[in-house]
Amino acid sequence: MSSREADATTGAARDADLADAGGTTDTVRRPRAAASGTLRLLGNELATLFTRWRTWAMLGALALIPILIGIAIRIAGGSSAGRGPAFLDQITGNGLFVGIAAMTVAIPLFLPLTIGVTAGDAIAGEASHGTLRYLLIAPAGRIRLLVVKYLAAAAFCLAGTLTVVVLGTLVGWLLFPIGPVTLLSGDEIPVGEGLLRFLAVAAYVAVSLLGLSAIGLFLSTLTTVPIGAMAATSILAVVSQIVGAIPQLEALHPWLFTDRWLDFADLLRSPPVWDSFAANALLQGAYVLVFGTLAITRFVTRDVLS
Amino acid sequence: MSGRAGTVVDDAVADDAADLAIRTRGLTKRFRSQVAVDGLDLAVPRGAVYGFLGPNGSGKTTTIRMLLGLVRATAGEAEVLGSPMPRAIDAVLPRVGALVEGPAFSPYLTGAQNLRRFDAADRHSIGSTRDTRVAEALERVGLSHAAAKKAHAYSLGMKQRLGLANALLMPRDLLVLDEPTNGLDPQGTREVRALIRSFAADGTTVFVSSHLLAEVEQLCTHVGVMSAGRLVAQGTLEELRRSGGRARVRVRTPDAPAARRVLAGLGIEVESGSAASDLEVVVGTLPDDEEAPEAIVAALVAERVRVRGFAVERASLEQRFVELTGEGFDVVA
Ligand SMILES: Nc1ncnc2c1ncn2[C@@H]1O[C@H](COP(=O)(O)OP(=O)(O)OP(=O)(O)O)[C@@H](O)[C@H]1O
Ligand SMILES: [Mg+2]
Repeated sequence: MSSREADATTGAARDADLADAGGTTDTVRRPRAAASGTLRLLGNELATLFTRWRTWAMLGALALIPILIGIAIRIAGGSSAGRGPAFLDQITGNGLFVGIAAMTVAIPLFLPLTIGVTAGDAIAGEASHGTLRYLLIAPAGRIRLLVVKYLAAAAFCLAGTLTVVVLGTLVGWLLFPIGPVTLLSGDEIPVGEGLLRFLAVAAYVAVSLLGLSAIGLFLSTLTTVPIGAMAATSILAVVSQIVGAIPQLEALHPWLFTDRWLDFADLLRSPPVWDSFAANALLQGAYVLVFGTLAITRFVTRDVLS
Repeated sequence: MSGRAGTVVDDAVADDAADLAIRTRGLTKRFRSQVAVDGLDLAVPRGAVYGFLGPNGSGKTTTIRMLLGLVRATAGEAEVLGSPMPRAIDAVLPRVGALVEGPAFSPYLTGAQNLRRFDAADRHSIGSTRDTRVAEALERVGLSHAAAKKAHAYSLGMKQRLGLANALLMPRDLLVLDEPTNGLDPQGTREVRALIRSFAADGTTVFVSSHLLAEVEQLCTHVGVMSAGRLVAQGTLEELRRSGGRARVRVRTPDAPAARRVLAGLGIEVESGSAASDLEVVVGTLPDDEEAPEAIVAALVAERVRVRGFAVERASLEQRFVELTGEGFDVVA
C-alpha cells in the first residue's frame, strides 16, 4: 500500500511540474501544435526525398533524355518535318526546342514511371521499412503525414519536369544555334519570352502529373509492398493513355487524367491559350480530390501492422 | 486463474483510476477468425515498472499497437495517461516514448538523420533544440560515434540502441518498450536496465514486454502475464510470486525436535522428519498469512534451537510463468 501512496505523490508532483511549465519541458515541446511544425515536417520530408540516391538516379535518367536527343541530332542531323516526336524537326533551326522535344518524349512513359516510384513509395515504403509506425507514434498524425507525402510527390513532379526542360534548353544552347522562338502559330517571340514559355510548359506538365500522384498515394496506402504500388501506378498511366488512343472509347476521354497531357503545346501559341491550362488543372484537381479523399479514408482507419 | 488476477487488479484499481498510466477494459483484437487479444483488463499504476510477459504469439505486441493507436481495437477501450486512445492520440503520444516490435529506420539516412526525422514528425517538438536533443539521446545510448553512419550499416544491437534513443528524444511520462534488450550485448543489456531504473526513479512509468524472466524479476515492480491472448495474471511481482503457492522453509539444525516444535507452534506444516542426523534439515510449508523469515529465526533462537542454515523458498517467477502459460513449446495460434 505504502508504495502505491508514494506513486501517487510522485504523480501529483509531476503534474504540478508540468502545470507550471518547467523550463526543460518548454524548450523541447510546445503546449499547442503549431502550423510551423507541419512546414518543418515538409522540409524534412523534402530533404529526405532529395538526399536519396534513388531520387537523383531518376532525375538523372530524365536528364538523359534531352542529352541523348541533343547529341543524336547533332551527330545525325535533323529529321524532316512530321517524322519522330513533335518539335524534333525544329531543333536544328533553334536549339531551344531540345527541352520541349524531350518533354514530348518523356511524358508518355518516363515521367509517369518516376511519379509512380515516388508516389507509390510514399506510404508503402515507410510501411515496408517499419518507419511508418514510428512516424505515427511520434505522432505525425495520419492526415498530416498523407498531406506532407503528397506535397513532396508534387515537388518531385516539378523537379522532374524542370529537369527535362531546363537541361534540354541548356543542351540546345550548347549544341545548336539559338534564336527567337517560332511559335506554332508562326509568330516569333524573343528568346527571353520563349524561355518563360518553356518554364510555363514545365509547370503545365507538373500539374498534369498531380492526378497521377494522387492515384499513386492512394495505391500506396493499400499495401506494405512498395513495388506493387509503384508498378500499379505506372501501369495505370499507360492504360489511361491507351484508352485515350482508342477512338471508340471517345466518351471516356474527357475523364482520363492523361487526356490533356500533351496539350501543353497550347502554351506555345501566340497569344498563349491558357484555357487548356485551366481545364487541365480542373481535371487534375478533381482527381486529387477523389483519390486524396480515398487515400485519407483508407489510411485513417487502417491497422498499421508492419 | 483469471479470477485471481481479477481480484488483484480490482483492488488496485478501485480507489483511484487517475493513478493509472495505462488502463484497458475488455480490450480485444480479432484478426479475421483469430482472436489475438481477448478481453484484456490491464492496470498499470503510474510510476510502476510493469513487466508484460507472455510466450511468443500471446498478443503482447498487438496490445502495444492498440495502446499506441496503430491498430484499432475490435472491442473494449484503452486509456493511456488518463486519456482515451486512440481518440486523444495527439495529446497523449508526445508524452509517450515507444519501441514497438523492434526498431525501424530509413536505411539510406544516418542514425542522427533518422532521429531528426522522427522528431520533426511530432508537431509538438521544438525545432531549435532538435539537434541538441538528438545528440543527447545518442550519447545516452552510447551511439555518439555512430551518429553519422547510415542506418543500414548498423548492427542489430546498434539499431536497438538507436530505437531506444528515439524513445528518449523528449522527457516522457510513459515509456512503452517491446523487448528492449533484444539483440543487445551484456553491456548494452545492463545499460538498458540502468536506463529503465533511472527513468523509474524520475517517476516515469515503464511498460516493458520481455521474455527474459530474470530481467523482469530484477527490474519490475508489477507484472502481467499473457497467454494465448488473455491476461492470466496481473499484480505486483510479490503478489504474483505469492499466488504460486505457499513458501517453504528449510532449517538446518542439530536440534531437529525442538525446531519442529517451534515451527509447528508458528502454524507451519512441518514435514515428518527424515532419519535423524547431526545436521538435520527440517522442512515445512508456511501458512498463507506467513511470518516474516526473521521472525521465524527469532522464534527458533529464543527456544535455543541452534540454527545453522535457514531459507524461505518460493516458486521462482519462471516456475510461475510456466504454470500460468503452460509447458508446451508449440506456439498457440
Ligand atoms: N497482421 C496480422 N494478421 C494476422 N494475425 C496476426 C497479425 N499480427 C499478429 N497476429 C497474430 O496475433 C497473435 C499475437 O501476436 P503478437 O505479435 O501480438 O504476439 P507477441 O506476444 O508479441 O509475440 P512475440 O513474443 O513473438 O513477439 C499471434 O497469434 C499472431 O499470429
Ligand atoms: Mg512481439
